Amino acid sequence: MTRIVADATRCVGAGQCVLTDPATFDQDGASGVVVLLRAAVSDEGLALARAAEYLCPGRALSLVE
Amino acid sequence: MNAVLPLTRTCPFAPPAEHVRLQETEPVAWVTLPTGEQVWALTRIDDIRTMLTDPRFSADRTHPGFPHLAPGRRAMAGSLKRMMVSMDPPEHGRARGAVVGEFTVRRTAALRPRIQQIVDERIDALAAGPRPADLVPALSLPVPSLVICEVLGVPYADHAFFQRSTEALLRRTTPPEERQVSLGGLHAYLQELVARKAAEPGDDLLSRQLDGGADRQDVVSLAMLLLIAGHETTANMISLGVMMLLRHPDQLAAIRDDPGRTPRAVEELLRYFTIGEFSLSRVAVGDVEIGGKLIRAGEGVVVLSNAANRDPAAFADGDRFDVGRDARHHVAFGFGAHQCLGQNLARAELQIVLDTLFRRLPGLRLAAPVDELPFKDDANIYGLYELPVTWTVP
Repeated sequence: MTRIVADATRCVGAGQCVLTDPATFDQDGASGVVVLLRAAVSDEGLALARAAEYLCPGRALSLVE
Repeated sequence: MNAVLPLTRTCPFAPPAEHVRLQETEPVAWVTLPTGEQVWALTRIDDIRTMLTDPRFSADRTHPGFPHLAPGRRAMAGSLKRMMVSMDPPEHGRARGAVVGEFTVRRTAALRPRIQQIVDERIDALAAGPRPADLVPALSLPVPSLVICEVLGVPYADHAFFQRSTEALLRRTTPPEERQVSLGGLHAYLQELVARKAAEPGDDLLSRQLDGGADRQDVVSLAMLLLIAGHETTANMISLGVMMLLRHPDQLAAIRDDPGRTPRAVEELLRYFTIGEFSLSRVAVGDVEIGGKLIRAGEGVVVLSNAANRDPAAFADGDRFDVGRDARHHVAFGFGAHQCLGQNLARAELQIVLDTLFRRLPGLRLAAPVDELPFKDDANIYGLYELPVTWTVP
């Protein structure tokens, strides 16, 4: 499993993570800030989480092995 | 002094050749703008992502080192001071945070039925009218206009005024005096609208901002930004998208047969045309090394994002239009804290328009040769002034 860390202070609410991997990421309804739906992803889910990390315009996401 | 950097496309389907040359030979280049100002030009995706997420680059358009591409732009930058596009942290984060909840993926998805209704109505009217027809006033402009005005609570009766004003603001050849008049007119209108919302709140974004305690002038600035940014940009992408898919019938057939492919097609269109090509400028407020070059505090940076969106390091065979590719890492919506606030709304509108138009009018075709179409070579936002189309009645 790979742990996902989201830095809410860097999140700009663009929603790229939700579009990319809706099983892992959501947005707070009022603030638009990223909400993690799970704390870690398995190897099968890793590609989508990595894509979300790369696409995040605020560089708010990191994956910790 | 080095040669002046050309800013105008000579071909609608390619970035200026000089931008591509810079990307190949000098990806962080010291260039001269047509205004005579000297700035850095970035052409590679990695450098651009780095620059746009580094707090030592400022978006403050009133900074003396901020690059302005046309004469008169610097003079009007003061009026943009209160706009989010011109803000830096921490002010920018507060302003964006107050409104970004209106544009989440879920909120935008909830608008889809209403967008579909708007698109259906416009296509009904188009189909019932004479052939050939110009798609720009029939579909491209009214759809985003109706959608953003609905979001903000702007009465539709005022749309013609908005379309005239934003078009004049965005056209590169508009004389500075005329640009000031358009800007002043829009601003005065929005002042009045926000005052009306304060007195009689509605179920709209502006009313909610006021209800949340936002400063009235800040709400006016926000309204201005969202109207201008949400209106002509999407309109131009609709026109270019329809034109491009009509030129590529095999790719059009692929998305018509399976609308599940449309989201990718939309990302590819955004990448391929990169209509807001010069909207990612910054000024360094500290010394920063980018791509091996030292950018000093006070120096301006322009992003040649059309070339960047064909960077071979990010997009294989980037000159090829391919609706099947994964193009989501383009920088057509920018990158960093300022990445387009309305991007999910734009995506929804483009997806719905393309799916609906080609389903409803399967016999749609261009009514003029592509090389005779009036492309917006003189505008800051690329697009088409007219798109004559015709169709066979099914």
